[in-house]
Amino acid sequence: MSKEPIIVAFCCHYCAFTAADLAGTMRKQYPTNCRIVRLPCTGKVDVNMLLKAFEFDADGVMVAGCEEGGCHFIQGNIRAIKRVVYAKTLLAETGVNPDRLVMYHIAASQGPLFAQRATEFTEIIKKINHEELTREKNSDDNSRRQAV
Amino acid sequence: MIIAEGKPFNEVYEFTKNHNKILLLGCGTCVTVCMAGGEKEVGVLASQIRIAAKAKGDEVTIEEHTIKRQCDREFFDEETTKKIKEADAVISLACGVGVQYSVEIYNDIIIYPALNTKFFGANTEQGIWSERCAGCGQCIIHNFGGLCPIARCSKSIMNGPCGGSADGKCEVDPENIDCIWQLIYDRMEKLGRLSELEENQALKDWSTNRDGGPRTVKREDLTLS
Repeated sequence: MSKEPIIVAFCCHYCAFTAADLAGTMRKQYPTNCRIVRLPCTGKVDVNMLLKAFEFDADGVMVAGCEEGGCHFIQGNIRAIKRVVYAKTLLAETGVNPDRLVMYHIAASQGPLFAQRATEFTEIIKKINHEELTREKNSDDNSRRQAV
Repeated sequence: MIIAEGKPFNEVYEFTKNHNKILLLGCGTCVTVCMAGGEKEVGVLASQIRIAAKAKGDEVTIEEHTIKRQCDREFFDEETTKKIKEADAVISLACGVGVQYSVEIYNDIIIYPALNTKFFGANTEQGIWSERCAGCGQCIIHNFGGLCPIARCSKSIMNGPCGGSADGKCEVDPENIDCIWQLIYDRMEKLGRLSELEENQALKDWSTNRDGGPRTVKREDLTLS
């Protein structure tokens, strides 16, 4: 059985973080795998922050910012998208499945949506972990068979 | 400034083979400004190597350090020297100049380049750097309204434009390359100096360029010996 994944969620103070707070107030359940890091804006997200999370054993990283056009700092979330896309290319060349990194847009009033996205993403990461584990196991079995 | 970009990760990761302790040495000048080899990029590359090594089961320790300039001896201070000597190998994130100068200073240390050095350029838009100078050693841009046909014409012609210029673009890559001769013409017209372009330019003395071999600039008033 695979271990519970660690998800790091970089959340904008003005939207997704408030939505996460609202999800709690509304008693909406979402997996405890999510470790939320509050940022003043997703425009604060940098490629090295995202890679550092993976370096320190995160199985998945989600960046959650305002809806397009709704950024408190006008363009921070749009800039974050570009950085997430770039970080995905870096992850891919490093050998990490780029689907382990996602960006979501969640407004402050969307507490239930935050809970839904957190649940969905945790499931995606569990599936990726399971697939990679199975692949590793199969390749180990094959090499053992070949050795025999 | 000198513009560079990172080598493909696989190429850099190959450098870590056969070494247990690697120092990633960043450079704080040109390559920091063009976001290729500064402190931040050292951090990104270090993370990438650590993640890949963990996944592959390779044992390698990565240290990170960035100095102000790798093309100047004075910035290789005691702390830097200690870190370099403690490492099995160094991966330098400087331009080709910085890597070679590091090699000259620490000639018993293996130093690998993490960047591909591209050209002398300007930061024309955020995230975009464009070539502006070819370092030919004999600047003649005053004849062309301050624009350089050596660096910015695909053929480096001095009596342009050629037949490959259409709608102000160069046939080599019409989407991305402006015909510099179109820009020269427009600028000279704006300055009221268009007639100067009727003068044929003499053959350029390329001995000041690479054709004269590796170059050195010496200022007697500044040398210490």
